[in-house]
Amino acid sequence: MALAVDIVSWVLLASGAAFLFIAGIGLLRLPDVFTRMHAAGIGDTLGASLIAGGLMVQSGFTLVTVKLLFILLFLFFTSPTATHALAKAALAGRVKPLLAPVPDREEKKSKS
Amino acid sequence: MSATTTVLAGTTAAVLVVMAMALARAILGPTVYDRILAVNMFGTKTVLIIALVGFLAGRPDFLDIALLYALINFIGTIAVLKFLRYGDLGRASDEEGEV
Repeated sequence: MALAVDIVSWVLLASGAAFLFIAGIGLLRLPDVFTRMHAAGIGDTLGASLIAGGLMVQSGFTLVTVKLLFILLFLFFTSPTATHALAKAALAGRVKPLLAPVPDREEKKSKS
Repeated sequence: MSATTTVLAGTTAAVLVVMAMALARAILGPTVYDRILAVNMFGTKTVLIIALVGFLAGRPDFLDIALLYALINFIGTIAVLKFLRYGDLGRASDEEGEV
């Protein structure tokens, strides 16, 4: 039984690390702000939730689990909120998405 | 060194690598929004790494600090965005809605 709980925790931690790594690669390699936001926002939320979940499984029913639950809930709500605010701010700051509607894109092509 | 310790150490190493990636994007980032995104991600990773190191060291009390970092990270990101958009932290966001 203890081994099963441990294995669940290992799987959660490892998959969380994998998702974070994918998000990191996306942040580094994707072409513009909005695509990077997509990689970072989604991968971050899921990876952080999985790692916090893995730690929760490991700690059992204690105060530590409650604290981890608070961290998990807080990250779960604030990470998408921050990404949304960032996207709105970037649009208000006149950053053009790479896949903007066609006229914009052609204008960009003729410029570059 | 038990298997759980190994998994925790591996996860910590992965988080450190991702922190390096986020830092690289914060330095490279062509626009200021790239930098804010990278710094926000770096802050999330800080929370996770504090929790993981707390478990590795057998001192889960570190979680209080991690919770504090999560709060400060969010407020900091929103504050920087508001400053970018209005050039002033004291002004209420009136005509165009929130940031």
